[in-house]
Amino acid sequence: MGMTISEKIFSRHCKKGCKAGDVVMAPVDAAMIHDITGPLAINVFRDMGGDKVFDPKKIIMLFDHQIPADSINAAENHVMMREFAKEQGIYNYDIKEGVCHQVVPEKGRVKPGDIVVGSDSHTCTYGALGVFATGIGSTDMAYVLKFGELYFRVPETIKVSADGKFGDRVGPKDLILSLAGDIRADGATYKALEFCGSTFLDMEIPGRLTCSNMAIEMGAKAGIVPPDKKTWDYLKDRCTCTPFTLESDPDAKYSEERSYDVSELNPKVAVPHNVDNVVDVSEVAGKHIDQVFIGSCTNGRFEDFKEAADILGDNVFSKDVRVILVPASKDEYVKVLKAGLIEKFIDAGALVEAPCCGPCMGGAFGLLAPGEVSLSTSNRNFRGRQGSTEAFVYLSSPATAAASAIKGVITDPREV
Amino acid sequence: MGRVWKFGDDIDTDAIIPGRFLTIYDPKELASHAFEGTRDEFSKEAKDGDVIVGGKNFGCGSSREHAPIALKGAGVKYIVAKSFARIFYRNSINTGVLPVVCKDTDKISDGEEVTVNLKEAYIEAGGNRYPLEPIPGFMQEIVDAGGLVEYAKRR
Repeated sequence: MGMTISEKIFSRHCKKGCKAGDVVMAPVDAAMIHDITGPLAINVFRDMGGDKVFDPKKIIMLFDHQIPADSINAAENHVMMREFAKEQGIYNYDIKEGVCHQVVPEKGRVKPGDIVVGSDSHTCTYGALGVFATGIGSTDMAYVLKFGELYFRVPETIKVSADGKFGDRVGPKDLILSLAGDIRADGATYKALEFCGSTFLDMEIPGRLTCSNMAIEMGAKAGIVPPDKKTWDYLKDRCTCTPFTLESDPDAKYSEERSYDVSELNPKVAVPHNVDNVVDVSEVAGKHIDQVFIGSCTNGRFEDFKEAADILGDNVFSKDVRVILVPASKDEYVKVLKAGLIEKFIDAGALVEAPCCGPCMGGAFGLLAPGEVSLSTSNRNFRGRQGSTEAFVYLSSPATAAASAIKGVITDPREV
Repeated sequence: MGRVWKFGDDIDTDAIIPGRFLTIYDPKELASHAFEGTRDEFSKEAKDGDVIVGGKNFGCGSSREHAPIALKGAGVKYIVAKSFARIFYRNSINTGVLPVVCKDTDKISDGEEVTVNLKEAYIEAGGNRYPLEPIPGFMQEIVDAGGLVEYAKRR
């Protein structure tokens, strides 16, 4: 019987044949902690009798959710993590680099075939580079910090094939929202998604990161794109790794297979309050919005802002909408800056913030009042996610967000 | 013996504990904000022994362990649902609030008197008994050890 990518990765790490459903103790190649879940992991590490972490070089630390510190509690948590990093010899990116799920791939801290855990649910983002990457809680992370390994259930795999070319102003975010609408919020629970087909082969790394990022919104444990030339080219100057082939065998067993023709795909919007409430933008076009957020680990990359700028053209943003733009990392920020886009956005009426999670988690700035409506390029629209539980968060692509920010109402990006 | 706090499908971790409280780690303090904005009476009225009963995909969303810790701080020992999101399920086991699967949660109503018997694998609510699925073997080892911290200490 052939093996899936996930089965191959676990087999290699465990040095024995692993098949879906097996529960195994597997070593991890990297572990990521940030300012929200990190302090709890460190506290539990101490409770476990932790003295020295398993390997400081394999631990990635950065702060992104509440930066610069937006409360005394947050500042205290940052201090505690900085001290831990110093004590253990862990390199800490601190508040300077940006959002974990952009910084980790960007700095070449993960590579195809790795098993990577992060105490953040969107750790599945690194699957875009052929990594088995998954989110874990703080106690599991404490265990990893101490022992460098963790229990995993080797997942079954759902194969998602997408073929064809995207139409004008339609892209990876519309595809992954469409998939979330079909698979539903729990349709891939405990499973891995494997993204295949010509659309994914044509897709650049930023688009793949967007798709893998949202695997968790279907309950998935991982969202993997088989590594190819684009993957190895992306990593070439970021880390030392030698290209190899990593793909599922032709006779691998999938729990389910789904096919998409993206040439027929329309821009999509997830309407409140669940990520799987997905409709064509035409169904909600004209809906008034108070705030637009372009950023987050889903859509805070240069390509996202470039597309927003193309749509903006010589227009300005609606005076009735607060437009908050937050590049996902320092590198992406500088790219946007050097392209002259930041000045363009500011002139058009936007607020451009330093790299961080921004309003996505509702912890720092950009919160919504009761009754307010936000259109966001992030990954979750749960009730209360970005402020009041009586506010409404819609999710879309950067193109739809930019078009809507210009018009002041939800707008099909093909109409601007 | 406790009371049932009944919830529906897809109860997410933002609902259990909103993002703005994630700088807090103390279980009691987290409990004082549990379900804030979605079910405000929970934090005021929940008592030791109360049981959360949910539908499918309970605990979807974030990896924040603050969610099961907040429920534990409120005195909840069991969460009974039709299905659980993966990370929340593990976090609950690890922190000692036991997630148990019961396919009959639709038949259980808010406010009913409830007891959970893990050994004999049933939940009794409103005078009726419904079967619980046993906790999977590998998870049972961690539960038997008293959580992942205790399990780790034994290594």
